[in-house]
Amino acid sequence: MNMAGVEAPALRACVANAPTAQFIWGRGACARVTDLERGTSLGGGLTDLAGRSALVATANQLTTALALIELDGVARRLVILPPDTEAEHLGAIIAAAEIDAVVTDGRLRPQAAFELPVRVSCASSIAPLDEGPRVTVRTEWVLLTSGTTGVPKMVVHDLDGLTAAITHRGATDDAAIWGTFYDMRRYGGLQIFLRAILGGASLVLSSAGEPVADHLARLAQHGVTHLSGTPSHWRRALMFPAIRRIAPRYVRLSGEIADQAILDALRAAFPQAAIGHAYASTEAGVAFAVNDGRAGFPAAFAETIRDGVELKIVDGSLRIRSSGTASRYVGNGQSLADGDGFVDTGDIVERCGDRYYFAGRKGGIINVGGLKVHPEEIEAVINRHPQVRMSLVRPKHSPITGAIAVADVVLTSPNEGARAGQIEVRDEILKLCREALPRHKVPAAISFVPSLPVAATGKLARRQG
Amino acid sequence: MSVKLTILQQMEQVAQEHGRILPPLTDELVLANCGLDSLGFAVLVARLEDTLGIDPFTAAEDAFFPITLGDFVKVYEHGGR
Repeated sequence: MNMAGVEAPALRACVANAPTAQFIWGRGACARVTDLERGTSLGGGLTDLAGRSALVATANQLTTALALIELDGVARRLVILPPDTEAEHLGAIIAAAEIDAVVTDGRLRPQAAFELPVRVSCASSIAPLDEGPRVTVRTEWVLLTSGTTGVPKMVVHDLDGLTAAITHRGATDDAAIWGTFYDMRRYGGLQIFLRAILGGASLVLSSAGEPVADHLARLAQHGVTHLSGTPSHWRRALMFPAIRRIAPRYVRLSGEIADQAILDALRAAFPQAAIGHAYASTEAGVAFAVNDGRAGFPAAFAETIRDGVELKIVDGSLRIRSSGTASRYVGNGQSLADGDGFVDTGDIVERCGDRYYFAGRKGGIINVGGLKVHPEEIEAVINRHPQVRMSLVRPKHSPITGAIAVADVVLTSPNEGARAGQIEVRDEILKLCREALPRHKVPAAISFVPSLPVAATGKLARRQG
Repeated sequence: MSVKLTILQQMEQVAQEHGRILPPLTDELVLANCGLDSLGFAVLVARLEDTLGIDPFTAAEDAFFPITLGDFVKVYEHGGR
C-alpha cells in the first residue's frame, strides 16, 4: 500500500483488519468489507478524487457506505448529501463547500452537479484494484442539517470527532449485527455505520421508500443484534407484526425525546434487550447515553465531565462541549459554538429531583395566551395511555388566545376505532392530561388519525405553526 | 342537533373539564360573567370548529366578540356574518 507518510485513517485501518464475515447489507445487494483492501467500488475514479472536495450524492446507501470507506484519507472533503436535499439548494452547497468532484451511483437528479470537473461513478459491487489508495489527508466530513427551510447548514467534522463516542474499537464484538432505521447519510445513521465498521461488525442498511415490514424482514433475515432509530421510527415499527421476528440484544433510541411510554413499550417488546437512549446532534456530536430504562438523564451528568463531554444549561437550553463536537459550519459566517466552545442544542431541559427531562425545542413553543407550551411535554403525557401508539401536538389558531394546543393521536389498534370507543379513549386521554398538566397545556381538541408523517430524518414532522 | 344545542352542550362540557359551574344558560347571559375564562372560550371555539366545521371569529373580517350568549349563538348560526 502506498502510504505517503500519513498515519492510516481509522476507516482504512478497519478494512485491513476486517473480519472475513463482516458484511454491509443493502436492499438487494451486499458487500464484504475486507474486499475493499484490494478492491474498489469507484471504477478507476479513486485517484481522480485525491485531494478533492467531493460531493457524495448517492441514491443507494450501500454505495454511500463503500464510497465513504474508500475516500476517507483520500478526498480533502466529503460532503454527504442526504437523499431529500432540495435540488434548488445544490448550487449553493457546491459553491460554499468548494466542491470540485461528485461521486454518484447514476441516479443523480440535479443538473448543477453535472458541470463539476470530476464525476465518478460508484457501484455497490467491489472490483479488484491493483494499487492501494494514496492515503494522504485528514478528510473533512461534512454533514447537512435538516433545517426545514433555506439552504441546509453544512457541519464540519473529522473522523476522530465522529467516532469520539465509540469506545469499543477493534473486532471486540464481531458477532454483532448492527441495523438502523436511520438513513446513514445523516448523523444518527452515520454513527451506526461507524460503530459497525470500527467494531468489525456487520451492518444492515435501511433503504428510502422501503416498506417497514420489508425492512423488518431483512433485519430478521440477517439476525440483527443491535438496532437503532428515533422514537418515531420505533413507534412505527412496533405497529408491524414483523417486529416480533427480530430479537435485538441492544435497542438504541436517539434523535428525539425518548419518553417513558416508548421506553416501556420497547421493554415489553424486547424483554431481554439492553435499551438505551442516546443524546446527540449533528453539531454537538454524541453527548451521552442513558441505559437505566428511564426517560431523561441523571442530573449528575450535568455536574461532572463524563468521557470528555461537558454539559451546561443556559436559560433552560442544553449546551454541550466535547471532542465529538463539530468544528464549524462551511460557508455561512455563523459560529457553531459559544465563546467557551459549547454548542447550544436548542433542546430545553427541566430538572425534577435528581434528573433532567427534555421538555421540547426552543423554537417549537406554542404560545397560549402568553403562556409557553412545549408540544413534546403534552405528547409524553398522551403517549402514556395504553391505547396510544404516537401523538403530535400542534398549535391551532385561536381568535381568543392567539394559539391553542390540539393533538393528533394514532391508536395502537386503529382498526378497533369504533366511534364510541374513540370517545371513551379521548375522554381518558383528556383526563390523563388534566391530572398531569396545567390547564393551558391540556389539548383543546383530540383527533384520531391513522398515521402521523415521519420526516426523512426519522423525526416526527412538525409544521412550524 | 341544532347549532344552539351543540354550543350549550359544549359549554357545559368545557366548564366541567375546567372545574367551573355555569349559571343558567339564557340568551341574556353576559359571557364575561358566565364562569369561563379566555382559555375556556379558546377551548370552546376550537371544539365548536371541530363539531360545526366553522370558526366564525377567525373567518370574520373585523375583530369582534359577542357580549351575550344569545349573540354568541347567532354568530355561529349566521356563519360569522
